[in-house]
Amino acid sequence: MAQVRVTVDGVQYVDEVEPRMLLVYYLRERLGKTGTVVGCDTSNCGACTVHLNGQSVKSCSVLAVQADGAEVTTIEGLARDGQLHPVQKAFNECHALQCGFCTPGMVMQAVDLLGDNPDPDEHEVREGIEGNLCRCTGYQNIVRAVQSAAHAMKPGVAAPVETPAPVAGS
Amino acid sequence: MTDTQLTAEPTTGEFGKSRTRKEDARLITGRTRWTDNITLPGMLHLALVRSPVAHARITGIDADEARALPGVIAVYTAADLGLAEASLPNAWPVTPDQKAPQAPPLAVDTVHFAGDAVAVVIARDTATARDATELVLVDYDDLPPVLDMEEALAEGATLLHPDLGTNASAHWVFDSGEAGTGGSAKEAIAAAENDPDAIVVRRRFRQQRLIPAFMEPRSVVVDPSGEQLTMWSATQIPHILKTMAAATTGVPEHKLRVIAPDVGGGFGGKLQVTPEEIVVLAASVKLGKPVKWTETRSESLLSAHHGRDQIQDITIAAKRDGTVLALDVDLLADMGAYLRLVTSGIPILGAFMFNSIYKFPAYRFACTNVFTSKTPTDAYRGAGRPEATFAIERIMDELAAELGREPLELREQNWIKHEEFPFTTVCGLEYDSGNYEAATAKAKELLGYDALRREQQERRASGDPVQLGIGISTFTEMCGLAPSRVLGSLAYGAGGWENASIRMLPFGKVEVVTGVSAHGQGHETAWSQIVADQLGVPFEDIEVLHGDTQISPKGMDTYGSRSLAVGGIAVVKAAEKVVAKARTIAAHMLEASEDDLEFSGGRFGVKGTGKGVTIQEVATTAWAAHDLPDGVEPSIDADATYDPDNFSFPHGTHLAAMEVDTDTGRVTIRKYVCVDDVGNALNPLIIEGQVHGGLAQGIAQALFEEANYDEQGTLVNGTFVDYTLPSASDLPSFTTDRTTTPATSNPLGVKGVGEAGTIASTPAIVNGVIDAVRHLGVNEVEMPCTPQRVWRAVQAAQGRATQETPVDTHSPGAGLGSIDPNNPQEEEVQ
Repeated sequence: MAQVRVTVDGVQYVDEVEPRMLLVYYLRERLGKTGTVVGCDTSNCGACTVHLNGQSVKSCSVLAVQADGAEVTTIEGLARDGQLHPVQKAFNECHALQCGFCTPGMVMQAVDLLGDNPDPDEHEVREGIEGNLCRCTGYQNIVRAVQSAAHAMKPGVAAPVETPAPVAGS
Repeated sequence: MTDTQLTAEPTTGEFGKSRTRKEDARLITGRTRWTDNITLPGMLHLALVRSPVAHARITGIDADEARALPGVIAVYTAADLGLAEASLPNAWPVTPDQKAPQAPPLAVDTVHFAGDAVAVVIARDTATARDATELVLVDYDDLPPVLDMEEALAEGATLLHPDLGTNASAHWVFDSGEAGTGGSAKEAIAAAENDPDAIVVRRRFRQQRLIPAFMEPRSVVVDPSGEQLTMWSATQIPHILKTMAAATTGVPEHKLRVIAPDVGGGFGGKLQVTPEEIVVLAASVKLGKPVKWTETRSESLLSAHHGRDQIQDITIAAKRDGTVLALDVDLLADMGAYLRLVTSGIPILGAFMFNSIYKFPAYRFACTNVFTSKTPTDAYRGAGRPEATFAIERIMDELAAELGREPLELREQNWIKHEEFPFTTVCGLEYDSGNYEAATAKAKELLGYDALRREQQERRASGDPVQLGIGISTFTEMCGLAPSRVLGSLAYGAGGWENASIRMLPFGKVEVVTGVSAHGQGHETAWSQIVADQLGVPFEDIEVLHGDTQISPKGMDTYGSRSLAVGGIAVVKAAEKVVAKARTIAAHMLEASEDDLEFSGGRFGVKGTGKGVTIQEVATTAWAAHDLPDGVEPSIDADATYDPDNFSFPHGTHLAAMEVDTDTGRVTIRKYVCVDDVGNALNPLIIEGQVHGGLAQGIAQALFEEANYDEQGTLVNGTFVDYTLPSASDLPSFTTDRTTTPATSNPLGVKGVGEAGTIASTPAIVNGVIDAVRHLGVNEVEMPCTPQRVWRAVQAAQGRATQETPVDTHSPGAGLGSIDPNNPQEEEVQ
């Protein structure tokens, strides 16, 4: 067993974990953060995407012990003070989800993408989310949602929004 | 939060509104209820030991080491769980003499496909259970696999189920001459072959094996602690599962409750009664503890049922002027190793659709269902109808090419004209409404059809290495799987009705219970829109309940684009009953005659006066029951079960502008246009989403996906690394539009949309690829049309030799230049 100290969605946890435990199982099974899901076993689908120190990672590809000392944001911690993140809002407004299983990962990846590129064109959005699979939507409305969120997040367009936390410890 | 105030305004006029979905609020914040999220006190975890070989006798199972692993509770075989004699249900014996093998939830004595479950491990946590499966030593005595359908039917073939005496499960025939709905196709084709003014075109098409690949892996939890056993399952069909699980296990049906909580997609792939559901149920009962199983993705691709997999021999006869004379369809359909719930009926669902929108005077359909030692097949989005649409739309292009005709004009010459509806087809189906001319005209305009045809000519003339093709698919589908009488005539094991009930709560809020079971379709939103219109209550005041046999006791679930056209109409019928019951009480409250009341916008008003009461006030009055008319029950709740008289027939025209790089074989979708007629549009936003997703899956069949087996019968691309679902960067944005001819078969005029995109798009794409290179001599490229296959087709047509490397049918990695493990080059064999 190894000890991890990790802040998840603003709450600090200290836990003993098996060294082989993946971050996604730590989040789901130990912390009850079931908003983050497991969609594959080869790190292809991206359904488990979370932010680790402000950067998107597939939490099936990170060991829980690697998150020691880190700050993790999941889909459950994205909305602040009851206010949806513009990407979450845009997913609803643009009908960018159907079954919703890929949505947590897709939203977290989209937030990361907009952090890197605040005004992506369609091609850049498609490239930026290609590590996240969706079987329902054909991606068109997801692309639309990401671009709509980008517009909403432009300074002066709407109320100030939370941006991903700055990269710490890297 | 309680909101008992009736502050919201009625939201009538909901039909046709692009409402954003009410179910999204949970899904975008991670507040979800997937089956795998469920944790119960004392819950144990189950993992399956699966066969690595396709066909073998089990000669021994040694579980000692597994049992000794700390945390392991038990290792069970079929016999240990009392399942040795159990057989998973097949609800569709398509012929009276259909041959169906015993299909035990855990293999007994013999495994019949790689992935067949042999034993289960139950442990305190998932990781231990999975670890222990590696320690269960199973001895296999290999038997030859059965892989190729034609070889499986040949004399002396290895029999997968020797007790059946054959690898053929059933032979199903429809002949319009015998049915009296048309002439004899065989005779018409024979006559055409001897007629200089007629032409006969024959082609063989292959529907590759696909994997539904819903995003949420399957998961089952069973809690045995209550009076009713409770099963949560990631299923499309909680009601059918309850009935069938009871029949399979002997658990009395009133002692079983099935819940489909949030379900992450299905596409037919979760229309199943699975071995795992039965095994988890049995293990949970045996141990007296809650048990959970959640599959890995690799396990899902290997063992959850697959789709399609047909060989299609198509013969079409036509006059030289293009008028079609006859269509003859001969299919081989791969069942895989067992008949699952509706495995045997899937190809038959296409039987009445090969004639499609065309006026064939003679038609014959014959299908042989064949066992192979592969994962069982069953429903996958479209189920039988994509196969039919592909074949007819491909052969219409081939006929056009043979006759030197413009392919869209040839179609129009033969299709049912809008003034000819209702039209009884050569199969005896009555198409109620449609307008193929209107949809086609709109699609042509949106694509810029004529300009692209000119550009195509220019590129051909200039010998441009990137050639342009236009793929056409003018399709229809039969949707709204119901009429029970028709299903009965096809020997399907159940009805196709649908149930809904409406509960008017004391303060006027509304609970709508539906027997269909959404897993991404947006029923909560759409049904709320229907009820808001019918009852004149606010959209926000309506809660839609589904997916739990205790809450929604009656239903036939969600598949076959049936939810709105059948389940939605049941909601309308239930609402009509609520209004009728409320009218009696309202009349009493207003001291008026029922005949003097008019109901509008949620209010019963006395004609010619300002007096009135709202339906919510009536609900409260009925609940209090202090002052009701004599003999009137204190409730305005109602339920309705609806069984339509006919299917619905959505249609549309899909056009794909395809660019093919003749040097590399690379295929690019330059523009994709579809105009769908799904009848009246309840929620255009949801409709468009369904079309987009359907297109992606249909295009994936045309270009990307195939489940490949090697010569030992092993699935070689059973992970998301090599079973290549399209990503966002593999697909373009689509141009979608609609035309509308209301269905005449139901009061909303709706037709269904869930499968349209998938059914129509595959032939549009493939026709486009072939159209781009037809002038080079190509008239067939097998699916998926990978760069390698397209390049080979061009080379072969030009008479150039291609390297002695992998050929067509098995190319994992979607032909992206990867080495083909099915057909390694000689020097690569170690």
